[in-house]
Amino acid sequence: MSCDETVDCGRRRLLVATAAAGGVAGVAAAVPFVASMLPSERAKAAGAPVEVDISKLAPGQMMTVEWRGKPVWIINRTKEMLDSMAKISDQLADPKSEKNMQPEYAKNATRSIKPEILVAVGICTHLGCSPTDKFKTGAESGIDPNWPGGFLCPCHGSTFDLAGRVYKSKPAPDNLEIPPHMYLGDAKIVIGEDKKA
Amino acid sequence: MSKVNVNALLQGTLNWVDERFPLTSNWKAHLSEYYAPKNFNFWYFFGSLAMLVLVIQIVTGIFLTMHVKPDAALNASGVPVAFASVEYIMRDVSWGWLIRYMHSTGASAFFLVVYLHMFRGLLYGSYRKPRELIWLFGIGIFLCLMGEAFFGYLLPWGQMSFWGAQVIVNLFSAIPVSGPDLSIWLRGDNVVGDATLNRFFAFHVIAMPLVLLGLVGAHIIALHEVGSNNPDGVEIKKKKDANGIPLDGIPFHPYYTVKDIVGVVVFLMVFSIVVFFMPEGGGYFLEYNNFFPADPLQTPPHIAPVWYFTPYYSLLRVVTYPLFGIYVKFWGVVAMGAGTLIFAFLPWLDRSPVKSIRYRGPMTKWLLSIWIVGFFILGFLGTKDPAYKFFGFIPGAPIAQLLSVYYFLFFLTMPIWSSLDRCKPEPDRVTMK
Repeated sequence: MSCDETVDCGRRRLLVATAAAGGVAGVAAAVPFVASMLPSERAKAAGAPVEVDISKLAPGQMMTVEWRGKPVWIINRTKEMLDSMAKISDQLADPKSEKNMQPEYAKNATRSIKPEILVAVGICTHLGCSPTDKFKTGAESGIDPNWPGGFLCPCHGSTFDLAGRVYKSKPAPDNLEIPPHMYLGDAKIVIGEDKKA
Repeated sequence: MSKVNVNALLQGTLNWVDERFPLTSNWKAHLSEYYAPKNFNFWYFFGSLAMLVLVIQIVTGIFLTMHVKPDAALNASGVPVAFASVEYIMRDVSWGWLIRYMHSTGASAFFLVVYLHMFRGLLYGSYRKPRELIWLFGIGIFLCLMGEAFFGYLLPWGQMSFWGAQVIVNLFSAIPVSGPDLSIWLRGDNVVGDATLNRFFAFHVIAMPLVLLGLVGAHIIALHEVGSNNPDGVEIKKKKDANGIPLDGIPFHPYYTVKDIVGVVVFLMVFSIVVFFMPEGGGYFLEYNNFFPADPLQTPPHIAPVWYFTPYYSLLRVVTYPLFGIYVKFWGVVAMGAGTLIFAFLPWLDRSPVKSIRYRGPMTKWLLSIWIVGFFILGFLGTKDPAYKFFGFIPGAPIAQLLSVYYFLFFLTMPIWSSLDRCKPEPDRVTMK
């Protein structure tokens, strides 16, 4: 900016400073509005742990409970199911569960505390649909003649094995999340908490 | 009192207003002395029809807002309040079914007329200089309309509402680093819930409509500044008479207002047939699964967006390769976003010496025709399961991938083929074919 008879530089500077201060105030005023869209205190408090009784869950069966508004699956896997899982490692994207989608105690071949009982968040890691259980094996599943049983996401076709591990070349990037959980005795699971009391 | 006195009184009133508000000058600038090319054809109905549908949506929307309740809590019968309020509109509110069916049919009608309106632009090069800003405001309207439709679709709180919103909001989580927090911020919770429903209601009934109206205003102001294009793609302002009026121009009112009324009548006949006899549109306008209340624990076995989103949904699904080590889903989202935004670049991609398809060469006609067919096939596949096979044996997924590549190549190579094509000479003045 050149200072001559037509431009009063003192006033121009004051104008720029005022506009800058006004701009800062305007941005600051947007903060409460943007923040008001974050989860409210009530929504945050609603994430309490859930206790589940699994004494009636027979081998090969699955149940769904709600935790933080999400479906959590509990599956009692049979011996055959566990055996079939071991054979398909080369078809999976992350067979050893190296990505941080589970607590330390579930970072094992079955992704569980007890080998047969799987606790997993039933939300596809692609875009959040809930996959459907496809426990029937082979051609009967309608997926693949060699299908060993697992889950199929109806939205975009991602497939998961019986430990919630995602198959290669599918839209979902990660294995299903294993929530923090712990056992209170043999047939009672707490989901959402894993500290020993 | 004699007749002359009445006229004098009216003229006096008008003068009184004109001294305080530019009524007569605006009437002239936008209607009685806005000169539009005289050779408008069938394709020029859809702009005014889009305005008509906008009015239908706003009016029916106001009356629906009087009864709908954006509340995800369960009522005494165990049904979500929002879902029950829509059933209440359908069953207990006098004429509520009509108002709702007009609104739901209006959503599909809006996209239909806007797609046809955009296709008209593609045919006659209406986005070319000096109409780039009209086109960009139009793209803004299109995006805004997609947002409006998406937010509105959650409000009945059915299964498709819920899982559709879950999928689309999760698209944002694909953005590296800030994505997951962004999607929580959009939902206001870890999953789609009451907070999401309430805010989508706010977006649908006030935020988006305000932006939409502003953009429509800008679209029309820009149009009336430069004047309408026409099926020959030649500028009527180049040939003017002694009074400065384009030789090939006719006043918008009464000529095109009357012509558009014919379009309105035909449109309302089709619209009424849908509203009264097939409001569900065979599951394409109102989806079967949305007659079930939202269940956060169970995704329906088959989910697909409403028809007007399915081509982009196909673009989202076709990406299966994690480029540069970044998640596949990020690239899927990029493909979907690019598929909608790429239209905005048309004014700068098209290097053809002529505007209208009438004078463009065979290459343009072929490439555009294939693109349109591809757009339809992508749209069709978007309504189907990812494992869909044509006639039971031709897998849809690779076809969708091929067509998606073509979808983008069509635009990206446009600067080359549009300038190479053998064009015919444009006429000096418009023709009346």
